[in-house]
Amino acid sequence: MNSPHADALRPARRNVVSGVLVGIGIAAFVDEVVFHQLLQWHHFYDKSTASVGLFSDGLFHAFGWFAVVAGLFLFADLRRRGVLLPARWAGAVLLGTGTFQLYDGTVQHKLLTLHQIRYDVELLPYDLAWNSAAVLMIGAGTLLLVRTGTDRPRR
Amino acid sequence: MDHSAGSFPAEVFFLVPALAASAAYVAGACSAKARGWPKHRTAMFLLGIAFAVSTVLGPVPALAHGNFAVLALTHVVAGMLAPLLLVLARPVTLALRSMDRIPALRTVRILRSPPARILASPLTAAALNLGGMYLMFRTPLYDAMRTHAPMHWIVTFHLVAAGYLWTAALIGRDPNPHRAGLRLRAGILVLTAAAHNILAKSLFAQPPAGVPADQAEAGAMAMYYAGGAVEIAVMIVLCHQWYRNPAQRPSAPAVSGHGTVPAHSTATGKAPDSRKAPPAGGQEGPFTPASGAGPGGSGVREQGPA
Repeated sequence: MNSPHADALRPARRNVVSGVLVGIGIAAFVDEVVFHQLLQWHHFYDKSTASVGLFSDGLFHAFGWFAVVAGLFLFADLRRRGVLLPARWAGAVLLGTGTFQLYDGTVQHKLLTLHQIRYDVELLPYDLAWNSAAVLMIGAGTLLLVRTGTDRPRR
Repeated sequence: MDHSAGSFPAEVFFLVPALAASAAYVAGACSAKARGWPKHRTAMFLLGIAFAVSTVLGPVPALAHGNFAVLALTHVVAGMLAPLLLVLARPVTLALRSMDRIPALRTVRILRSPPARILASPLTAAALNLGGMYLMFRTPLYDAMRTHAPMHWIVTFHLVAAGYLWTAALIGRDPNPHRAGLRLRAGILVLTAAAHNILAKSLFAQPPAGVPADQAEAGAMAMYYAGGAVEIAVMIVLCHQWYRNPAQRPSAPAVSGHGTVPAHSTATGKAPDSRKAPPAGGQEGPFTPASGAGPGGSGVREQGPA
């Protein structure tokens, strides 16, 4: 593999695209598997949702499924080309997960009243934990992306 | 559905087209011209036909008549799972390969015709699927379907046909001179999956006329999760096709983003990194077909491995 191809590929950028997609997918799957299915804190649909919330939820779950599939195929592609930048990719995953979780915790849960994190409990600690975890992930991801900004694949 | 109690249930007539299609496929697959046709494609075709027929014939329709959750599941089978299996079986490729030259050329002419262009568009397929779902659940058609068996058959035929068009437009590997670009196909896939999710949740809240709340809730969840499983399978096939595409192999320049627009695509008309288009020769991968996707390719070649 020689440099003109690597220039065309822009590995630094594709690592970020792949990581962010996988991150969004992870957030969507954790939401579905852990909070909807295992803990059953979230409701499938609590019937108090505004229709725009339903729209947002349907779109983001569909996009979340596609994001994890597309992101993992891009990951495989980075590996077969030998241009994977693990730290940069991990930073992008954190950024994707954190952003999706912050969107879910603020816009979807609060603004669009889609569903709450848990029912019949004092919500504030749950909301604080949910959203500060999201902010921490965004911060850590951004830090990693900045620090790996000049990384190039070893070859 | 009491019409099956008669001495000669009318649904048996569905076996005629089902058996004819199965016999034609098996005959083609066994013909000398199609030597080496993979066995798993034949198996998928027969399984797809069997799934589709099972939703109108046998014990399942009666169960579905009494329970909305079973009905929702049968619709996922007829409209999504059976079409996926039929599309993966590549019936058009088999037909072209086993036909004589003149009929094959006529078939290609039909595939290239303007009506075929409209039917092959993912936009058409998405509109037929979503429009059909909306009409079925939100208009008196739902009641008519439950009380009149012929209406249920028409609806089921629409489900299978529209589902086939949708799946073929997104991930079909049969010759398709009008195949849309990857970005458009991925976008339509995400949007139709989203619309399916939204409709499922709206059925959860507002059941169709005459459906008890508990059945509506179970049916909505069947539609959401079973439908989602098939949609994820379609997403995996779509991305796998991108991954196996010769233009994506390490020897070729790639476009950024999570998809590429094949060179022959004109549907989206905007390949953002088209300035990097000249394909790199050399280092042909094991999956590289003879000529790749030439501009305006003849459209009758089999489109790579699956």
